[in-house]
Amino acid sequence: MGHFSPPTLSWRAVSVWRRNFLVWRKLAIPSVLGNLADPMIYMFGLGYGLGSLLPASLPQFGGSYIAFLAAGTVCASTMNAASFEALYSAFSRMHMQKTWEAIMNAPVSLDDVLLAELLWSAAKAMLSGVAILIVVTAMGLTSMPLALWAIPAIFLTGLAFAALGLIVTALAPSYDFFMYYFTLFITPMTLLSGVFFPLEQLPLGFQAAALALPLTHAVAIIRPLLFGQLPIAPGTHVAVLAAITVGAYWLALGLTRRRLLS
Amino acid sequence: MAPLEIHDLHKSYGGREVVAGISFAIGKGECFGLLGPNGAGKTTTLRCCLGLTAPDSGRIMLVGEPVPMRAREARTRIGVVPQFDNLDPDFTAAENLLVFGRYFGIDDATIRARIPRLLDFAGLAGKANANIKTLSGGMKRRLTLARALINDPDLLVLDEPTTGLDPQARHLIWERLQGLLAEGKTILLTTHFMEEAERLCGRLAIMDEGRIISEGEPRHLVVEHIPASPAGYRPANLEDVFLKLTGRELRD
Repeated sequence: MGHFSPPTLSWRAVSVWRRNFLVWRKLAIPSVLGNLADPMIYMFGLGYGLGSLLPASLPQFGGSYIAFLAAGTVCASTMNAASFEALYSAFSRMHMQKTWEAIMNAPVSLDDVLLAELLWSAAKAMLSGVAILIVVTAMGLTSMPLALWAIPAIFLTGLAFAALGLIVTALAPSYDFFMYYFTLFITPMTLLSGVFFPLEQLPLGFQAAALALPLTHAVAIIRPLLFGQLPIAPGTHVAVLAAITVGAYWLALGLTRRRLLS
Repeated sequence: MAPLEIHDLHKSYGGREVVAGISFAIGKGECFGLLGPNGAGKTTTLRCCLGLTAPDSGRIMLVGEPVPMRAREARTRIGVVPQFDNLDPDFTAAENLLVFGRYFGIDDATIRARIPRLLDFAGLAGKANANIKTLSGGMKRRLTLARALINDPDLLVLDEPTTGLDPQARHLIWERLQGLLAEGKTILLTTHFMEEAERLCGRLAIMDEGRIISEGEPRHLVVEHIPASPAGYRPANLEDVFLKLTGRELRD
């Protein structure tokens, strides 16, 4: 039985998800406010500051720069929340607290533990993305009811980044390792995926490369929905994010099995 | 049906054979001890038994289920006290038991009904809502033991259950384990405290370098390996047997 054999999943994953939820519930309010504050500061700072340099009416930007940025912020914030949970928090449960080890003494497999971590990270990311969605909707920057369709897309974005994060966690010797992931992958991706400015502003080579980045696909679905438009080729973007989720989860599982079950 | 049967277990890491052909069986209601110096292969043997490490070869039947194929099903009826504390630091004592019971698929009402009795057993009756961080080492160990009993297991697996505890805390754990044995529970225990093995184990195996080098009842092992002490010397004990069989050089 190789470490990279297909996952065998069961409903026991739910009990692990509930464990994380019970911990979160104890710190829910500071956690939600913390998740909301940072992206909001960026959105208002750049949205109004930088936005004031741009023409007041930008039809191709959903009306104004801040509306454009609001949609990007929903995506970037979802990505960040999923990544933080799947990296720092999951690593703490795996490596520091040995929570996973305790769980695997019960009739729960590592496959279930990792599935629970994936779903939990995506749930927290969705909460973060939806919190911003609520704020920007209250500001009149979205178009309802189509914007509600962004919620499942936010969850899918959370899944993709949680799965990618779990690969890094499986390989991490310590917390310091995560800095490489953020500085070499997450930060450049935020700049190249159309969060702050449209992809069309990039040189052609970069535009092509941006298509390989998961965040580009998240932005391509979520931004039009917030503007009350139907995304172009939504099936492709959904398929890319779903494929990343499945592939990255499988790889993360194989690497974590090698790490913990050898 | 024996709670645990192992036949000719082998496991290597990077060309070094850590478990080199271990076989033993534990009968129902028995306390079986695996003794050995650090690095003898005790923990690896336990991990194989629980299906957490796949052996290179050998046959394991845990509560009637083949391991590792059906390890998860087998673990439904096993309680484990690991060598290092892994209680959930974000939860109270009672929450630790509740959350752990859910991993077994036990419904909340059943778990909640068991919690007071288990906390009482662990000597933590007044500590249901105490934060884990406020508990002493002995209390945490007892809570870990209570946690291992949440599913009323057929076999209790203890990996060095009293390492790092002071004598008072250690004696309290021993007393609780003797109570469980009196109730008819089956225990598999690893230790390198000879006194612990002599007090608790009906039968034990001494392991070294991945092999069982001697097996039997503690009293018989002493008689078998150590000649009768001359008058005026202290009587021989299990520690003398252990040192005779495994040598005196340091193991870490």
